[in-house]
Amino acid sequence: MSDAGYNYRVVRGFAFSALFWLVIGLIIGLWMAVEMFNPALNITPWLSFGRLRVVHTNGLGLGFGLAGIFATSYYMLQHLTRTPLLFPRLAQAHLYIFNAAIALGALSLFAGMNTTREYGELEWPLDIVVVIFWVMFAINVFGTLIKRNEKQMYISLWYIIGMTVAIAILYIVNNLEVPVSLFKSYTIYSGANDANVEWWYGHNIVGFIFTFPILAMFYYYLPKSTGLPIYSHRLSIISFWALNFAYLWTGAHHLMLTPLPEWIQTVAMAFSIFLIAPSWGSVVNGYYTLQGNWDQIRTNYLAKFFIAGITFYGLQTLQGPLQGLRTLNAFFHYTDWVVGHVHMGTMGWVTMVISASFYYMIPRINNTELHSIKLANLHFWLILIGQFTWTITMWVAGIQQGAMWKATNPDGSLMYNFLDTVTSLYPYYQLRFVAGLVYFAGILVFVWNLIMTVRQQPEKAGS
Amino acid sequence: MGITSKPTVFALLAAAVVLLGTTVTVFIPLFMPSTQPISPYIKPYTAIEQEGRDIYMREGCNNCHTQTVRPLRTEVLRYGEYSKPEEFAYDRPFLWGSRRTGPDLNRVGGKYPDSWHYKHTASPQSMFEKSNMPPYAWLAKNPLDTSISFKKTSTLGYGYSESDVQQQISEYRATVTDENYSSKESRDQVTPPELRKELTEMDALIAYLQKLGRDVKNMEAKK
Repeated sequence: MSDAGYNYRVVRGFAFSALFWLVIGLIIGLWMAVEMFNPALNITPWLSFGRLRVVHTNGLGLGFGLAGIFATSYYMLQHLTRTPLLFPRLAQAHLYIFNAAIALGALSLFAGMNTTREYGELEWPLDIVVVIFWVMFAINVFGTLIKRNEKQMYISLWYIIGMTVAIAILYIVNNLEVPVSLFKSYTIYSGANDANVEWWYGHNIVGFIFTFPILAMFYYYLPKSTGLPIYSHRLSIISFWALNFAYLWTGAHHLMLTPLPEWIQTVAMAFSIFLIAPSWGSVVNGYYTLQGNWDQIRTNYLAKFFIAGITFYGLQTLQGPLQGLRTLNAFFHYTDWVVGHVHMGTMGWVTMVISASFYYMIPRINNTELHSIKLANLHFWLILIGQFTWTITMWVAGIQQGAMWKATNPDGSLMYNFLDTVTSLYPYYQLRFVAGLVYFAGILVFVWNLIMTVRQQPEKAGS
Repeated sequence: MGITSKPTVFALLAAAVVLLGTTVTVFIPLFMPSTQPISPYIKPYTAIEQEGRDIYMREGCNNCHTQTVRPLRTEVLRYGEYSKPEEFAYDRPFLWGSRRTGPDLNRVGGKYPDSWHYKHTASPQSMFEKSNMPPYAWLAKNPLDTSISFKKTSTLGYGYSESDVQQQISEYRATVTDENYSSKESRDQVTPPELRKELTEMDALIAYLQKLGRDVKNMEAKK
């Protein structure tokens, strides 16, 4: 408890849960990275690539991502409303249920209980648990908002509200399924309809977990860490509503040239291009906030994280819509290019912003200073170099594979059999593993730095 | 400033905005027959094929193999006829995938004999030294659990009676355990002796793989 009566226990609990699932998810990622060029690592059924892939995506997306979002949301919520959490015990229960769900989720996915619907692979009993903890979170968000002492809701709160509402709709609609046993269910949708629902969900889960709450953090912690107000309030209003509106139309750009009706694909393509505008609205707002104070990039380690993060967001939101164009999609889809794209968003934008938010928040809730700014800088450079090497390697690999799939001989026959297009990528996969190690080293520095920070004796007030 | 001081109104408005695109591109297509047409040529999976499909899902095969051939020249050359929406009427869930670490499988049915699949599934590296596909030899060591096969096919609305399902199971067992089964040698190589007279998970998986795209091939042949 702080002086204002804010509940920091649950913030700290979620923050360190996030770090725990981050390390676990990355270790699994590294293991799979080796499996891609050395299948001998598929030692047991539960270590086989097909099962690990979903543990990796769920562990990092739901485990690390959501825990980081809950930690920062509970913090921002209390500070921006100047009101302690309305239901602190509910929040504490939320923390326990969340971690139990992630642990059971990981175990069940290791065991092959997998609905195969991307980013929504958990089986039906755990889907119910996810809905329960989401409702617990929503009760605190809206309860605290209604009781708030600050009349105006700041931008970050809009994004938290937007996420809370949209994720509820997405998760429930996507996971409507008929159980046949405790561990197995079938979705109510079939074929092309199922594909359409699933990618509406799959795309927007990225929008409302890896974009909305991360923007909430960006809009809150960037001004806090730099002492500079957000450049344009009006731009942030336009960006918020346009983003909230346009995101939902674009899921079918994941289904270009599939049997899904062409008009849905084309609508998705058009809205994907439109989506560049609100995305860049936030990018521009971020850059202009630093107007005249760009020296902070050198002097303030937090500004560096935020500006690098928003830059990757900008690149990500340009690359995404371009990949969604039918002609480019025909070349890039199903290759490692897309894998590179996803990881720029997660390893660049999401992790950079969560890292900086934690660096700002954790020392404050413990009433102390960060253990080491030097280590924070080391963390920054390691994850920047790791991530950039990782993603560029995958883009090149993707271009090569796309070109090899398309290549024909003068007589019109295919130039390469499929296996050639795979084995030619092994050098890239090896480099990707090394880049992943560099990134992982950076994350270990991050975790170490925060553990050392909370182990310090709290300073006396006013010292 | 109006709604930024009214959280409930704000949330309702946010939900309404979210539901606009959702309604047009997702909810309305659910009720348009053209989104997921059906064809008399496309038959539901047998109970065994469905069990195989569930094993395909359990092992996350969809993480590396797509099941949709795009209408592109080199793709049709590589895999065969491009995918049509009616083929997927019984697919719950769809398994189109998003990454081709391995080749597309939508036209794999009938492309190779069962013996090829037994050998390849058990050890891809024994056939393609540099392949990065995980070996799945242990699938042949697991007896196939058919205890809820009927419940599965009835939940999925395939229209089989309980005795239909029992018959499909015993017929397929008879096929793969027959002394004259064309792929007996390779099946016996990967299946432990005590399971050679039983159905294994690998049998079901292969039955499923052999179904993929077969109805379409039959449909094309009848034209």
